[in-house]
Amino acid sequence: MSGLYSSPSHSLLEEALSFGEADDAVYLSSSRPKAALPSGGGGGGGGSGTVVLIEDCVETNGGFILHHLIKRALSPNRPSDVVVFVSFAHPFSHYDRILRKMGCNLSGHRENKRFIYHDMLSMNSPGSVRDGIEATDDLLMTLYGKIQKAVELYSSPEGSKHVTIMIDDISLMEVAVNGLSNHVVDFLHYCYSLTTQFGCSMIILNHEDIYSSLEQLSPLLHLEYLANVVIKAEPLATGLATDVHGQLTVFNKGICRRNGKSKSKIRNFQFRVKENKVEFFYPGSQT
Amino acid sequence: MAAIKSRTSSFSRNVSTVSKTNVPGLKHGPNGTTFLSSGIADLDKILGGGFSLGSLVMIMEDPEAPHHMLLLRNFMSQGLVHKQPLLYASPAKEPRGFLGTLPNPVTSRDEKSRERDAEQEKNLRIAWQYKKYFGEQNQESQKDEKAAEYCNDFDLRKPLDRQTLSGQNISCVSLQESSDLATLHDHCSKLLAQFPRHEGEIISAGRISIQSLCAPQCDYSDKEWHLLRFIRSLKSLLRYSNAVAVVTFPPSLLSPTVLKRWQHLADTLLSVKAVPDEDKELAKLLTGYQDMLGLLNVHKVARFNTQVLHHSDCTISSCFISWESSLSRKLVSYCQNWMMPLYLFCFFIFFHLIFLSFHAEM
Repeated sequence: MSGLYSSPSHSLLEEALSFGEADDAVYLSSSRPKAALPSGGGGGGGGSGTVVLIEDCVETNGGFILHHLIKRALSPNRPSDVVVFVSFAHPFSHYDRILRKMGCNLSGHRENKRFIYHDMLSMNSPGSVRDGIEATDDLLMTLYGKIQKAVELYSSPEGSKHVTIMIDDISLMEVAVNGLSNHVVDFLHYCYSLTTQFGCSMIILNHEDIYSSLEQLSPLLHLEYLANVVIKAEPLATGLATDVHGQLTVFNKGICRRNGKSKSKIRNFQFRVKENKVEFFYPGSQT
Repeated sequence: MAAIKSRTSSFSRNVSTVSKTNVPGLKHGPNGTTFLSSGIADLDKILGGGFSLGSLVMIMEDPEAPHHMLLLRNFMSQGLVHKQPLLYASPAKEPRGFLGTLPNPVTSRDEKSRERDAEQEKNLRIAWQYKKYFGEQNQESQKDEKAAEYCNDFDLRKPLDRQTLSGQNISCVSLQESSDLATLHDHCSKLLAQFPRHEGEIISAGRISIQSLCAPQCDYSDKEWHLLRFIRSLKSLLRYSNAVAVVTFPPSLLSPTVLKRWQHLADTLLSVKAVPDEDKELAKLLTGYQDMLGLLNVHKVARFNTQVLHHSDCTISSCFISWESSLSRKLVSYCQNWMMPLYLFCFFIFFHLIFLSFHAEM
């Protein structure tokens, strides 16, 4: 890679997730002075009350964005951030190994209570085929209870931490509750109310292609409505390439709080996933 | 290519130092994963070493051709050769009968087979122009095969020896037997309970193969959420045990939404398709079209403990791989670069496997 493009490529996602401090000084900075950190702002756990939705498809896994945002939230220059992670997709060891390669010690953060992990993968497995609907109803209730407790604990004046709730992923949550999408939507609304009440943020992964052929209202629409930032991971429109793994579309609704103006922006760029990082670059700028 | 092969992080384990296990049929992979063989050496290579332990492999069937059975047979036979416990479920009334059709491994390399090999070399003249795609790994894995017989060659015409079959831990389940999936789930969890995942040495591994999971003759075939929950539950059970499950299903019987959900649930996703008999355009493109039997696409490869696909073949754009049975004896493959505009919309990993002439009875 040429040195010319390496520096902007590093911050493309960051830039897309937030309005740069220069061009919009009011964005969230009034409510959180700490958001003035170089990587602060909109999405991945910096701004209070933000909801980030990651949409992916079978061909392109969006998990790497989640890893990137975990690392960002737990980075050393954000000592007051806590991540509550709900995983339906992978065991802890999977995330631990990936984040270790990225230079983030997840086990360490878990011990320090900065990374609170809820393993929904193994929890629900025994007898889940047999259990009726009552059991599934319970599942989301207890999960919400746990999240609420954590958020209340860390967001309280004594804790004064910024909590980010992450869910991987919603489609599996639907399967876990036997397809009762209403329950999932309710759960998400409860979590959303936490973000407004306590100023925590939420990062959610979902698969877009599942709902593309669905005619009725899908949970995805609800999510898109709630979200401040929508990140879409897609395969490259022009076909396969060795050094480009796909493209990202970041739609930032960017709420502007002063004088009631709102401004949104769309950024489009490509990415390449590596073991220890993800490279972002504009189309054609990769050599 | 070289850049892709080299590990980008200093934290990843040096694979070469831990590449051997004492357990036959298992092989260490990158990122703390362990592979077992699919029973087809070339498919193993494409997947970067085989199926990862703990992965759910799903194969989308062709509604008009039984090619998925070939993959299942080789997968099951390979497991039996390695004395790995096996669970087989199918919608047939007597699933045990399927065991009689499993292929036998090619053991002794007699004169005749050598002759055949020579002939095969000749047949594969074009194929081996693409040898560079296998490169060093090919040699390495050949060495592996000789040492531990990680992957055997199977003779599709000879049924598996009774000796190999007898005394093995095989359980067969008919999917028609019960009205819900609980019975099958119990069987799976019983098998998987034998192989809990612990840190450290792996002693043995199990194999589960389920044929045509959503076949219409089963009572629950219309209960899509039950099926989804079963797959999710199987997936999570697998993830905490040392086993691999191969599930085949007819995608045309699922609604588009549910099909996408199934595809997302799969760790490794393959699909088989028959090659149409009189497709002139395809015939022009492919050498040996007359002998080809089908295409196999690799849509997704399990990514455990990593966000990157390690295997170089999977990251180079599109590859075209075909299988050949030399005089209908065994399945082999070759790899061809496949840069056709027609397939340019097929993003990500796009491999085709082609079964070549194969006269043995299905």
